[in-house]
Amino acid sequence: MAGGNPASTTEYIQHHLTNLVYGKLPAGYERTTEQGVEVLQADTWTMAHGGQEATDMGFWAIHVDSMIWSIGLGSLFCWMFLRAAKKAHTGVPAGWLNFVEMIVEFIDGAVKDSFHGRNKMVAPLALTIFVWVFLMNLMDLLPVDLIPTLLMMAGVEYQKIVPSTDPNITLGMALGVFVLMLYYSFKIKGTGFIKELTMHPFNHWGFIPVNLFMETVGLLAKPFSLGLRLFGNMYAGEMIFILIATMFAAGAGAGFVSGGLHAELFGEQTSGYFWLVIFLLVTGVCWLNLKGKVSTGKTVLLCMAFMAIGGGLFALGGGLMQWGWAVFHILVITLQAFIFMVLTVVYLSMAHEDH
Amino acid sequence: MNINLTLFGQMVTFAFFVWFCMKFVWPVIIDSMEERQKKIADGLDAADRALRDLELAQSKATDQMKDAKQEAAGIIDQANKRAGQIVDEAKNQARTEGDRIKVAAEAEIEQEMNRAKEELRASVAGLALAGAEKVLEASIDEKANRTLVDKLAAQL
Repeated sequence: MAGGNPASTTEYIQHHLTNLVYGKLPAGYERTTEQGVEVLQADTWTMAHGGQEATDMGFWAIHVDSMIWSIGLGSLFCWMFLRAAKKAHTGVPAGWLNFVEMIVEFIDGAVKDSFHGRNKMVAPLALTIFVWVFLMNLMDLLPVDLIPTLLMMAGVEYQKIVPSTDPNITLGMALGVFVLMLYYSFKIKGTGFIKELTMHPFNHWGFIPVNLFMETVGLLAKPFSLGLRLFGNMYAGEMIFILIATMFAAGAGAGFVSGGLHAELFGEQTSGYFWLVIFLLVTGVCWLNLKGKVSTGKTVLLCMAFMAIGGGLFALGGGLMQWGWAVFHILVITLQAFIFMVLTVVYLSMAHEDH
Repeated sequence: MNINLTLFGQMVTFAFFVWFCMKFVWPVIIDSMEERQKKIADGLDAADRALRDLELAQSKATDQMKDAKQEAAGIIDQANKRAGQIVDEAKNQARTEGDRIKVAAEAEIEQEMNRAKEELRASVAGLALAGAEKVLEASIDEKANRTLVDKLAAQL
């Protein structure tokens, strides 16, 4: 897809980082299509073609891919856990129920550790956040090109399948948590919350503006750090997958010995012929081995040599790197889901604490 | 990287899923888990109780066994004593019987002896007289001697 061409590599990365956007283009907008430039007569709700249009849509746009994957994964979570809840009994648990109970117990323990108020909502909230965020992060482990390529064949131009690499999604959840924080702060502390904002850390009326500024910044920093932390981690992880994929694609296209050579000698179109030659050589050696003209050991060595020249080794290297990063990323996605959950619980716990 | 309506879409979705989880998933699972925990705790308690009961029953059984042994020993003692008694009694009885038989035998012997004596006495006078008669050849007044000899015989 990318080859060694820096322009196409940038394009490839850009394409991977563009959401499928449905939104409103304002009247008078100059739309560049294949038929030429089209000037919109009225406000139009439409699918954006490319990142520029998506940006021009401004606020009145929605990331269709993020929403679909997010809602889909959330529904998956609800359905799976509801199935377990329907089967819940007091006998010996087995299979899926066992797994669900393990997660529930884990969440319950974590919530009991850091949340000391009385609130029936915090534990289910934590469970939802943990499992949902984990599932959203888990999409990162699917091969980066798999679903976007398949959907491209079906006519969908852009697709970002990891909702948690979309700041709207992570900040949306963080803002949800923020609303809960404010709600419970007012509910539990009442005017005490105002006092906390104005009379802290300097307990003097003259310092009210300073206190208010500091406390407000501190308060607002919570949801933003919460949302941006998850977004940043997942975005970076996704980026590394994409970068490895560009190297992988380049390797698969040419091969490290011949890559420079064939590009120098023949130009872009030749990689197909090149692969055909390698294929014929390998097949020929195998055929000779079957006829008994070449020993098996030599066959293996020759095939390996051909494949190494053909870029098999390099491609394999790319695959191994993808795999290695995926293994490492499993830790990241679990940890990030856990951190999001724990911080939510801690923030809500702070909202419940009356000084 | 645009912030747009998706933000609020996600907030609404988030609220819905949290509500759903709070309503239909969490309480059911956590309740069943707590109930199971209670059940297991009860079961363990019951097992402990059963163990204690077992120990109690065992010590009770041991006590009863000891009692039974003691009782058995007492019974055997008694039986031995009784047997001794019976033997003693039998001995005594036998001795008494023996004595009685001996006394009866002695009495009979005496009777026999007396009878023999009587008979002897009765016949001794005649014999003496006959003897004397033989010796003296009718020279003796039977009558006068008779009294003499009777007197003699009475002295026997």
